[in-house]
Amino acid sequence: MDSSTGGIRGGRWLAFLLPGLPQALAGRVAAGGFALVVWISMCALVAWRLDRVLGSWMGPWDHRVALLSLLVSLGGVWGWSVRDALRTEPARRGWWNLAGRRFRENRVAVAGVMGIGAIYLVALLTPFLAPYEPAVQGDLLQNRLVGPSTQHLLGTDHYARDVLTRLLYGARISLAIGFVAISISISIGTFLGAIAGYLGGAVDSLVMRFVDMVIAFPRIVLLITIIALFEPSIFLIVAVLGLTQWPQVARIVRGEVLSLREREFIQAGRALGFSRSRIIGRHVVPNILAPVIVAATLGIGDTIVLEAGLSFLGLGVQPPTPSWGIMVADGRGNLAGAWWISTFPGLAIVFTVLAFNLAGDGLRDALDPRLNR
Amino acid sequence: MTHLLRRLAGVIPLVLGIATIVFFVLSVAPGDPAALYAAPGVSPEALDQIRRNMGLDRPVHERYVLWMGDMLKGDFGVSFARGQPVRDVIFQILPNTLLLSFCAMVLAFTAGVLIGVLQAIRQNSALDGVLSVLSLFFYSMPSFWLAIMLILAFSLYARNVWGWPISFPASGMTSVDHAFMSPGAQLRDRLMHLVLPSASLALVLAGGIARYMRGSMLEVVRQDYIRTARAKGLPERTVILKHGLRNALVPVITLLGLYLPFLFSGAVFIETVFAWPGMGKLMVDAYFQRDYPVVMAGALIFAVIVILGNLIADLLYALVDPRIRYG
Repeated sequence: MDSSTGGIRGGRWLAFLLPGLPQALAGRVAAGGFALVVWISMCALVAWRLDRVLGSWMGPWDHRVALLSLLVSLGGVWGWSVRDALRTEPARRGWWNLAGRRFRENRVAVAGVMGIGAIYLVALLTPFLAPYEPAVQGDLLQNRLVGPSTQHLLGTDHYARDVLTRLLYGARISLAIGFVAISISISIGTFLGAIAGYLGGAVDSLVMRFVDMVIAFPRIVLLITIIALFEPSIFLIVAVLGLTQWPQVARIVRGEVLSLREREFIQAGRALGFSRSRIIGRHVVPNILAPVIVAATLGIGDTIVLEAGLSFLGLGVQPPTPSWGIMVADGRGNLAGAWWISTFPGLAIVFTVLAFNLAGDGLRDALDPRLNR
Repeated sequence: MTHLLRRLAGVIPLVLGIATIVFFVLSVAPGDPAALYAAPGVSPEALDQIRRNMGLDRPVHERYVLWMGDMLKGDFGVSFARGQPVRDVIFQILPNTLLLSFCAMVLAFTAGVLIGVLQAIRQNSALDGVLSVLSLFFYSMPSFWLAIMLILAFSLYARNVWGWPISFPASGMTSVDHAFMSPGAQLRDRLMHLVLPSASLALVLAGGIARYMRGSMLEVVRQDYIRTARAKGLPERTVILKHGLRNALVPVITLLGLYLPFLFSGAVFIETVFAWPGMGKLMVDAYFQRDYPVVMAGALIFAVIVILGNLIADLLYALVDPRIRYG
């Protein structure tokens, strides 16, 4: 498994036709196999749903997004494979490259990243994949609470809506909320944590006492308390999830900054007369990115579970928008007769969060040189 | 001793700060609480009278001082929905949550520690791998979904399909005919109702504890005193259980405090799914009834319990590990 030069002897021209295959044959089964699977399934999707794909540019915005992501992923896989197969110069050896190599050695974590990639692809391509419309009721007399069958792969719910379709559309909601909320909290947490850690003194105590107070609340209790004051909506959920997660990030960042503050290169910056904002922005923050990335990856999993939980309680995303949490709640009423309504969305949550946690664990091992075995 | 006093002194501003946050959240809440008590179309004079009765005619800073004073005396106001003092409601309901959380905590830590130790002594074996993935699987699971799956398996389908010997009740704390049972049957009834809620709450936590315990145990096994114990010719069981486990358990005590917020967060969902009359269900119900005083008091109580739990965990840690001295 030599990833430094691509390690491909013969058959590199295969990359033009079946990207990933030369890499897989050369021993890099995971990367090559993933590329090959993505390539083949995308081509199959285009062949299977040709009418939808061709008509998508005229369609609503999510069809256009789906078309774009289809083209980008096809082009990306093809371009990566061809470039990789034709490359001859050795790989570079920076800090991030070494971390990347450590990460690739961790098979479980690589599986996690591929899982995340696959889930995001499916979510983006939902308009092409979904067999039915998410909010349209089926025939209530004939198709209500039908079990898994060839017509409805995962069955139908009590409004005769197709569970698979809603599952696919729910993925978009969950992933988007998780991503946006974690971006908000990472930005605020890094900003405040870095400032508190670097400046110290009154700013530090003020920020950290507030952080202590917010962390003392069980998070769902805090969320219920805030949401109780407003009308629940997607925007409120994103804002509230984003604005309650940052204290954890701030605490991690502050700890890192405290140890970084006394290092020579920061002192050198100070001696050179750099402004505080320049030192924090250009020298402190880039050096604490690794733990922040880990916290973000693990945090997306938490956020997805929390969003599902809030929607489950009726405090989150409001019906008829499909959300995994709402679907689990929908199934509660018919648990005895229709187990499939609650089961499949829950499994979707578990596998999504599992993928993020695996990737996050792997990232932590790869990015933290202190843990090196 | 001075450390204890200093820690206690540190808790007080934290609690007061949290109470202040809660007050200001309550006072910016949209809507006029007086309108909740008045019939629609009542005269403005009557509304004014109600506002005066509720103390809403006073300026914010005065209300804040009054509210803080009342709260320190344990008076959280009156529940809009139940018409009872919030304190009485909470006193009735808090023990149910504590019972559920305690059972779940004991279960979770027992299972988590066992699995973690098992993984550590068989490090990098197939068993270790399987248990690692399994605990991460449970760790990634939303507790409410696990609860529903357990209900599906052990309450609805047990007996009927696979002929499992036992099934457990899926809702409430007691059966309908609880009052007519003999004391022994009553106890059994209560325990049976505890099984599914505490199991679903515990399983999710146990995954995280096992992961932590594995790391802690692996750290300890590498130490010199373990090698010494083995060199002395002690049986492996004594080395692991007496010399290893005891030291590996010390950092887990901190986890006890850290997991309290997760435990209570989980309890909110579990209580809702199992119709368990506890604080979490109370807060969710209060949310839907726009019963602000109960929501606020609940949040405050949860926060205070978490702070106290962390304090106790800290002190226990210092007690167990004589190396830790707070100057």
